[in-house]
Amino acid sequence: MTRSTTKNHFELFDLPVQFCIDPDRLNQQFRKVQSEVHPDRFAAASGAERLKSMQLATLANEAYQTLKNPTSRARYLLQLQGIDTQEDSNTAMPGDFLMLQMEWREAMEEATDAHDIDALERLLTEMRKSSSQFQQDLQQQLDENRAYEQASGTVRKLSFIDKVQADIEQAISKLEDA
Amino acid sequence: MAYSDKVLDHYENPRNVGSLDKSDPHVGTGMVGAPACGDVMKLQIKVNDSGIIEDAKFKTYGCGSAIASSSLVTEWLKGKSLDEAAQIKNSAIAEELALPPVKIHCSVLAEDAIKAAVADLKAKQTDKEVA
Repeated sequence: MTRSTTKNHFELFDLPVQFCIDPDRLNQQFRKVQSEVHPDRFAAASGAERLKSMQLATLANEAYQTLKNPTSRARYLLQLQGIDTQEDSNTAMPGDFLMLQMEWREAMEEATDAHDIDALERLLTEMRKSSSQFQQDLQQQLDENRAYEQASGTVRKLSFIDKVQADIEQAISKLEDA
Repeated sequence: MAYSDKVLDHYENPRNVGSLDKSDPHVGTGMVGAPACGDVMKLQIKVNDSGIIEDAKFKTYGCGSAIASSSLVTEWLKGKSLDEAAQIKNSAIAEELALPPVKIHCSVLAEDAIKAAVADLKAKQTDKEVA
């Protein structure tokens, strides 16, 4: 087996270490690694080799999940640069951004209370727009300008957007089920 | 996850929810957020002429522990000086509410919100002295 557990997630899938990735290629490479380390191929192998294949399979899963999602991919790239985005320890965020969060949360609460699915859908569209804007920013900050501190701030914002988006989706599906 | 009775009490009957006038020179506003859980907290304090906090309001979007932490500190803040307020530690909040380790960051959020509100108010007062 040529794959190694010491490679970073991008190297594991033979992808360039950058934010902008081709999702199809990521899927293909993931399936390729998965088939290479499949337990069936190691039925007759030594205990050590079986263990290594299992470790690689676990690592491949983790790597795939990390790279598939833009927020965690950016967070991981920053980690490789030694930068911690401090998403659970640092609570200082730009005031205008937090203000906007409050407004979105309020709008979501009002729409949910009013059972207004259309309003929630509109909010969701706004979240998606905002999310793709931040992803464009990340591409520039990480791949072009190597502005890692700036990128760290963008990851922190994107993390909020992800949460609001997930909460809106949950609110919509609850209302639809009701 | 099971919440403690104190968390539930503050969550179900939050104290001092609301807003104070941000432009009032006696009002300090602190806004903080935790990217990891998406919680947002706004904490406002109002001081009287002798610098004692006479009112505190909050608005928090987040989990029960975050709401309880902010509700609790608005109660604690009233009657304190700014320096006393800035000394409130997240560990005291976590202890009072019996927060489990995974929810400690909610108490950190409340402590940071107090500090931000106090800093905002002090900055306003300094501006006034200069002017």
